[in-house]
Amino acid sequence: MSRLENLFKEQSKRVLNVYCTAGYPHLNSTLQIMESLQANGANIIELGMPYSDPLADGEVIQTSSLHALSNGMTLQVLFEQLSEMRKTIHIPVVLMGYMNPILQFGFEAFCTRAKEVGVDGLILPDLPLFEFENSYGKTIKDNGLDFIFLVTPETPEQRLRKLDSLSSGFLYAVSSSATTGKDKDFSQVAVYLERLQKMNLKNPILVGFGIKDKQSFDAVNEFTQGAIIGSAYINALAKGEDVGETTKQFLNGVLGN
Amino acid sequence: MQVFNTELNYQNPSIEGYYGEFGGAYIPEMLFKNVETLKAEYLKIMQDPAFIAEVDALLKDYVGRPTPLFFAERLSKEIGANIYLKREDLCHTGAHKINNTIGQIVLAKRLGKTKIIAETGAGQHGVATATVCALKGMECVVYMGEKDIERQAPNVARMKILGATVVPAKSGSKTLKDATNEAIRAWINEPNETHYIIGSVVGPHPYPDMVARFQSVISKEMRSQLLEKLGNELPTHVVACVGGGSNAAGAFYHFLNEPSVALVAVEAAGHGVYSGLSAATTQLGTHGILHGSKSIVMQTSDGQVLEPHSISAGLDYPGIGPLHAFLYESKRGTFLSATDEEALASAFHISQIEGIIPALETAHAFSVLPKLGLKPSDVVVVCLSGRGDKDLATYMEHL
Ligand SMILES: Cc1ncc(COP(=O)(O)O)c(C=O)c1O
Repeated sequence: MSRLENLFKEQSKRVLNVYCTAGYPHLNSTLQIMESLQANGANIIELGMPYSDPLADGEVIQTSSLHALSNGMTLQVLFEQLSEMRKTIHIPVVLMGYMNPILQFGFEAFCTRAKEVGVDGLILPDLPLFEFENSYGKTIKDNGLDFIFLVTPETPEQRLRKLDSLSSGFLYAVSSSATTGKDKDFSQVAVYLERLQKMNLKNPILVGFGIKDKQSFDAVNEFTQGAIIGSAYINALAKGEDVGETTKQFLNGVLGN
Repeated sequence: MQVFNTELNYQNPSIEGYYGEFGGAYIPEMLFKNVETLKAEYLKIMQDPAFIAEVDALLKDYVGRPTPLFFAERLSKEIGANIYLKREDLCHTGAHKINNTIGQIVLAKRLGKTKIIAETGAGQHGVATATVCALKGMECVVYMGEKDIERQAPNVARMKILGATVVPAKSGSKTLKDATNEAIRAWINEPNETHYIIGSVVGPHPYPDMVARFQSVISKEMRSQLLEKLGNELPTHVVACVGGGSNAAGAFYHFLNEPSVALVAVEAAGHGVYSGLSAATTQLGTHGILHGSKSIVMQTSDGQVLEPHSISAGLDYPGIGPLHAFLYESKRGTFLSATDEEALASAFHISQIEGIIPALETAHAFSVLPKLGLKPSDVVVVCLSGRGDKDLATYMEHL
């Protein structure tokens, strides 16, 4: 059973997935951040692979990505940093990023390496359903990695069911029409999440985009298994001095500890 | 399901938007509905007689088409071949870009959209978009790199006069690539009411094909004009500059399946192809994904997109449309380049021997003429994609 599957079997509410950009704020802070996320109550780590042109991301993650790149982060470096991660990190780790750097690394080599270091799944927003089915999906599955598709309120039901059937681990529900880091009117989000809840999907659902504090985290948990926090945490890291202390305060705030 | 085209048919990408292995739609799910709707509707709409009539009428009475095909006598003598200029510079707003924006604004209306966004490099596409938005009463927001806002000030002013909002793109290299990122992000953030008018044959399918079709009027007219002037529809060469590749796609389109016609695409070499300050994508790039399609992309070995350089904002782009990547790799097209310096020299030279001040982008196309090894019997059409008004500041620095 995969780590993600296991997690959701043991915990069906308030699952917290925290995004951080690999190599940010410092080239070598990746593992330290992952450790403090784990120590302070995160259930999943979503590690962003920085890219020069992240289309689905807002300013905060763009800035952290460029910062990480100028720190010298590359996929090669990242895999070196992660090569020993399973000595200390026991919670699921998913890599989030864009197709272009992965294609340059070699898609197959990337999947093999990710599995080797102990990565559990992939979130690749610009790998659409058609391309997944026709070429890349097989390599991902052959390497035993979970693949997590995004769904939006505009995703038609039939397509949504298909994305659910091809996903494993969890399904990533984004409020429609939002790059990361945008605030959204929650009443509309609630209608959408309630609809998802009633669809009896195969995968657990985590809500991303716009979750930033205890209030927004609590709100989505009424309908789903949990949420993903990204920009708000990056903002905290940008302001904070000490990575460990910042992470502790931030997660205590979100989880209400 | 067919993924790749098996036979060479340059005018028709596969159902999923592939020219050979290039193209496709690598977009986040948030854009799926918009892009899917466009994909389902664009050919239907573009083949509807009422749509064609509306667009044709605008191209004739508003844009001023057909644009002349002019025999450049002094240039021909100098080069030693018959050089014809397809005068896209005489289009309303001064470049070929409006052929596409006219088509897309009418299409956007059909799709029920109320707001238009666009990216722009040189500002020509931004101006062409702002113009058709004024014409059709649509709200218009144009994303433009901060660096380009500085070097193309007259076009920024024109967009504002036309009622558009110009938003500076401050990320990355602050040029066309980043303006395109910002436009796509803006589209993600308000997909329902908005149509994105991409300015070149780039972006996710169906944009490259749709824009090529709207620009194909250039080569359609060339054929009938050549027939009228020379009794033969086919030139020996068609030469065009390539940023994303829309004027080239339009100028090549009706010759793509005519193997006797050499298709010459000219990229911007900046300070020199290998100087580190260049935008010669096919020479420097490798296969990759940029702005939603698979193509040739200037990038590091880690897949980070490089910042290109060209003196002309319209060619300052690290990618190229998937059709052109396919023309390059299949060798159907010949890809050459011209440096900043060569382009500047050509701009002055053409101004002084033909009385036409070309855009800096276009000037690149002229620079390669002496290198084509032309014969006296050759018939060469240069796509004069735009006029040089917007580049006066740069030209004045070099007077
Ligand atoms: C006059 C002119 N020519 C050419 C271009 C390059 O674009 P494309 O390659 O899409 O024709 C531009 C772009 O701004 C332009 O303004």
